Amino acid sequence: MNTAGLERAFREEWTTVVAALARRLGDLQGAEDAAAEAFAAAARAWERDGVPPNPGGWLTVTAWRKAVDQLRRDRPVAIDPHVLAEVARGASEEDEDMAAGGLVDDRLGLVFACCHPALALEVRVAMTLRYVAGLTTREISAAFLLPEPTLAQRLVRAKRKIREAGIRFEVPGPDSVTERVRGVRAVVYLVFNEGYAATGGDQLVRTELCDEAIWLGQLLHRLLPADAETAGLLALMLLHHSRAAARQDPKGKPVPLADQDRSLWDQALIAEGTGVLDAAMARRAPGPYQLQAAIIAVHTQAASFEDTDWPQIAALYGELARWDPSPVIEINRAVAVGMADGPRVGLAILEPVLTSGMLAAYAPLHAAHAGLLERAGETEQAAAAWARAAEATGNEALRDELRRRRDESGGL
Amino acid sequence: MKYALLIYSSSRAREYAASAAGVTNDGFVAYTRALQDAGLLVAAEQLTHTDTATSVRVRGEDRLVTDGPFMETKEHLLGFYLIDVPDLDTALMWAARMPIAASGTVEVRAVQTGQPWQAVLD
Repeated sequence: MNTAGLERAFREEWTTVVAALARRLGDLQGAEDAAAEAFAAAARAWERDGVPPNPGGWLTVTAWRKAVDQLRRDRPVAIDPHVLAEVARGASEEDEDMAAGGLVDDRLGLVFACCHPALALEVRVAMTLRYVAGLTTREISAAFLLPEPTLAQRLVRAKRKIREAGIRFEVPGPDSVTERVRGVRAVVYLVFNEGYAATGGDQLVRTELCDEAIWLGQLLHRLLPADAETAGLLALMLLHHSRAAARQDPKGKPVPLADQDRSLWDQALIAEGTGVLDAAMARRAPGPYQLQAAIIAVHTQAASFEDTDWPQIAALYGELARWDPSPVIEINRAVAVGMADGPRVGLAILEPVLTSGMLAAYAPLHAAHAGLLERAGETEQAAAAWARAAEATGNEALRDELRRRRDESGGL
Repeated sequence: MKYALLIYSSSRAREYAASAAGVTNDGFVAYTRALQDAGLLVAAEQLTHTDTATSVRVRGEDRLVTDGPFMETKEHLLGFYLIDVPDLDTALMWAARMPIAASGTVEVRAVQTGQPWQAVLD
């Protein structure tokens, strides 16, 4: 196993132990402390006696014993009645249960607690990366360009809120589970997007965040195998990510889809993503993630930008707009229709979005507008639109590229 | 766990509520009955308007009494329910069911346990 593999295995064990303990203690900090003690104990015992046959089970049971010891040491007034009941049930029964692993429920419980709507969205993201993906606070703060103490403080506050406000580490009941799963998917996709189209910093793609999001998507898909949209989300991320190497030139400048070297697209990721998507669509429970994944799948099947099945893509965007009517989707539909039926038809779709002024500060709107104007032969207007796009973006790599397009369009 | 459902609304909403008293009262009667029947209700009170509030502070030797609420805000604390439910999700569900949730805000706060002063009550 390589270093990255080892690190991943360690993180996987750590998050599993934390999940098992958190659900039983109702307290993430307590779970974290007990996990730390168990890993320290493992370092000593395994050195001496060798690695046990079920290392994960050993760690979880050891952590649980440490937690129980801690609860007994603490002043009785600090013990929650339901925790006392757990302890009273006796360690042996608990041990077997945990070593065998009610793992799916534990991990799902942790996911739902970290993504609870009672936490602010940026807190949900940080909690999920810390406790579900097992990243360190240093890694998360670096990825989100935040000072580490700020992030650490956010996590401490969130853990306290989970404990004191009574957020449970459980799968929500049938009346709210659909909405809550939707919320979890949104958190995972937000992590992916922050990696895929970095809004800050000087890198266009932050691969480590994409990798984490895909890993989270795989975990969620494993935990909720019958959920078509969760599979759709995973497929979407895999298919997006298959193009990562082609999206940037060696100097880090973004390469638009039309100019990408398609031989750089990762065929293994495309095959994996397409496989997940096909299985999801066979469940006949369509939704926006599956539709977005289908759009990219169509792109990946085309030998070139011109050869793309644009009418199909335009139709998928039309379908997507019915699920999720948003100006962002209209922009993409305008581009696809512009390719299928000509730039003037695309411009007509874009017109209401432009006049609404709703997305005036959204760089992709101006870039799409510029592209359509250029193809319609309106070079001067196109240059002005490229300039607006460059002004709107916060990503430096992207801004340089947009300025180049502006200059190419002539005019300025 | 016990949760306080603190009801905040603006004065205008309150006047509106008074004008539509029949409807709103029916809503609160049904809501209170539902909580009571489910065996979850610990206490509930409706406060008089903040116009009638008096605030007290003691600073050194001085007792300072002021006419009015602690803070002049657009939304006022109108009252509260104290309920006993298993977790936050259940508390949020009951908060959302409150008739005033559609116009005002219901703040959900878990109740602290195990504090020294609380031993006096046992």
